[in-house]
Amino acid sequence: MSDEMDMDEGGTIKKFMFVNRKAPYGSIYALEALEVVLISAAFEQDVSMAFVDDGVYQLMKNINSEGTEIKNFSKTYRALEGYDIEKLYVEQESLEARGLTEDNLIVDVTVLPAAEMGKLMAEQDVVISH
Amino acid sequence: MKFAILVNEGPYQHQSSDTAFKFAQAAIAKGHEVSRVFFYHDGVNNATRLTVPPVDDRHVVNRWAELGEKHGVDLVVCIAAAQRRGLLDDNEAKRQGKDANNIHPAFRISGLGQLVEAGIQSDRLVTFGD
Repeated sequence: MSDEMDMDEGGTIKKFMFVNRKAPYGSIYALEALEVVLISAAFEQDVSMAFVDDGVYQLMKNINSEGTEIKNFSKTYRALEGYDIEKLYVEQESLEARGLTEDNLIVDVTVLPAAEMGKLMAEQDVVISH
Repeated sequence: MKFAILVNEGPYQHQSSDTAFKFAQAAIAKGHEVSRVFFYHDGVNNATRLTVPPVDDRHVVNRWAELGEKHGVDLVVCIAAAQRRGLLDDNEAKRQGKDANNIHPAFRISGLGQLVEAGIQSDRLVTFGD
């Protein structure tokens, strides 16, 4: 990291929401999306994450990725707290459609119905969706 | 208005890059500014100077390069996403001990901080991808 860590943003704090819509394995979206989220922490913005559709699978407990030869990045979600990224929202309908509950997830989240999630997205300055 | 654009898919396989380009072109034609286009995920493949499309097809890479040069649009390729997909500029090729480079000179490689910064500094960040 060198020039991209220029913090001279004049103290602007925007509401950033990273929307995760894809399953954790099967494509690289989830893994690379996490990279952006971690970098965003260095910019001292108001960051939140939303998990919808197959994106809810990213937070599943007991994932074993061994057979895929892709590193298991479940623990990165647990580490988000250490980066002051604590606002994690999961869409209720997406959980229910997949037979999941909050108990199946590795981190503490706020479960919201789709309509509430929509409102929250509308309040954001920047929504980055993967 | 000041726009920044995120392109998450590669050229030809997917329409994202085409749509993003048309969006950028239309925005500039309307008098808006497109300050930066950030290429992430497979979107980094939009920056290879070795692209050889059929003669009767559009040249996605050159089209971006020309737009960037003509209108001062900062075309940024994520370094981590580029490296794992085999896209290197001259400096990186030397640093990694590779015998070739393939990034078009109209693009530059940098870190994900450039994406977050674009979100902070622009009025709208528009994502194109799956």
